[in-house]
Amino acid sequence: MSIETERAARRNRMSVLARCETSRLQGLWSKLGLDPTYKLLRGPEYGLVMLRGRTGGTGEPFNIGEATVTRASVKLDDGSVGHAMALGRDDMKARLCAIVDALCQDTRTAVLIDAEMIAPIKSELDGADERRRQETAATRVDFFTMVRGED
Amino acid sequence: MYVSVKGGEAAIDNAHRLLADRRRGDRSVPALTLDQITEQLALGVDRVMSEGSLYDRRLAALAIKQARGDLIEAIFLVRAYRTTLPRFGFAEPVDTGAMLVERRISACYKDLPGGQLLGPTFDYTHRLLDEELEVDARIEPGRMREGASEPVTRIVDILGGEGLIEEEPGTNGEEPGDINQTPLEFPLSRAMRLQSLARGDEGFLLALGYSTQRGYARSHPFAGEIRIGEVEIEVYLPELGFAVPVGRVQLTECQMVNQFKGSAKLPPQFTRGYGLVFGQSERKAMAMALCDRALRAEELGEDIVAPAQDQEFVISHCDNVQATGFVEHLKLPHYVDFQAELGLVRTMRAEFERANGVFQQAQAESAIEKKEAAE
Repeated sequence: MSIETERAARRNRMSVLARCETSRLQGLWSKLGLDPTYKLLRGPEYGLVMLRGRTGGTGEPFNIGEATVTRASVKLDDGSVGHAMALGRDDMKARLCAIVDALCQDTRTAVLIDAEMIAPIKSELDGADERRRQETAATRVDFFTMVRGED
Repeated sequence: MYVSVKGGEAAIDNAHRLLADRRRGDRSVPALTLDQITEQLALGVDRVMSEGSLYDRRLAALAIKQARGDLIEAIFLVRAYRTTLPRFGFAEPVDTGAMLVERRISACYKDLPGGQLLGPTFDYTHRLLDEELEVDARIEPGRMREGASEPVTRIVDILGGEGLIEEEPGTNGEEPGDINQTPLEFPLSRAMRLQSLARGDEGFLLALGYSTQRGYARSHPFAGEIRIGEVEIEVYLPELGFAVPVGRVQLTECQMVNQFKGSAKLPPQFTRGYGLVFGQSERKAMAMALCDRALRAEELGEDIVAPAQDQEFVISHCDNVQATGFVEHLKLPHYVDFQAELGLVRTMRAEFERANGVFQQAQAESAIEKKEAAE
């Protein structure tokens, strides 16, 4: 696997994990039956990231305001290191996401985690997005014109 | 000389205990949960996040509960909390073009790619109180419409395609200034003005925006586009060497399209005002866009004739935490100051009376003299 595809897979995993409810994460995690021993390198700790927009949507960046985040880094016994950062204040989630990130350095475990954890969460999140899209679509205005006169 | 006076400790303790009691209210009424606040008072939560300048729904809900629904007090609590956390870094600028749109309307074009999507809006309601909400009536879920949805094109891209609207200057690679870390020095860059406006008081910006419509720095605005929805946040992690998605936030964006400007080099084109705020808050985003446009007066070569165009006036007074701090500090003991003023006013009165006494005496004497002369 090239560095790019590996990086894309890692980013994708992190994106899915960061948006998942903690209770759902824990449920899927416990079903996996993985229980690696690990050492916390950093955190879990709360902090802020400054969010940015662009003037006019596309121009130069400006600061909108901050958001709370939680981050964690772990090291497994085999030496692989995992990182996580997610919006909100949630120690458990950041820790679990960092462990999953570390485990996925191993290609075989990554396949298992992608299939048993990432894929179901992704499909739930996509389902929620699709539902929202359809709810919004139902509020789309269908204009019609009334023709008056005969010319 | 300073003489400090102590006291009031027991009174303060009891006042705070009484505050807690009154906050809880009638114990036979169930206590509010934070979930109830985030779900059912969502727009109040959004305002606290936006003006508290901190995106965290649960914290904002807690602040609203603690502040007994006083949103400015809640904003103050959130601002105070944010100072206790370390800053981990900056997110990549959000791409509002890729927003998962929940609402998008344009007052400029009827038919535009993506359509007019009303979303969950108060617009077109009759503003009649709904007595059904007095009880927990069953509420139907939103209707759904299936089918592939069109991409929701930005209006400024449509106008920009024809060159009819000014282009936003791209990034020059410089870091935008941060009002949290640099003292305010006027004139401010547009980036720093937008940051101030984004956390500015909705009421203050609304009034200023309104003033521009009523003729104090008129800019002939059109709501080119308002969009509300979630965008993905990415943060560059140096330990990984690339940016990772950390979740989504809901934003409201307003593109205000304003009347023309041209120059010797540029043909006439529409100008722009921009608003971007946390959560669902289109009144604030629109007011922000009107103020942003008004504050660009100097850049666009307009005369500065109205309060909304005056950077120092707008930016220095739009922060409701600063404003409430200075107004409410008047409640603090000013006993010594006031004693000094009392002394001063008494001296002035004594002088006044003395002078007046002399004057009255002189008047009386002259009246007698006149009377005598007449006789």
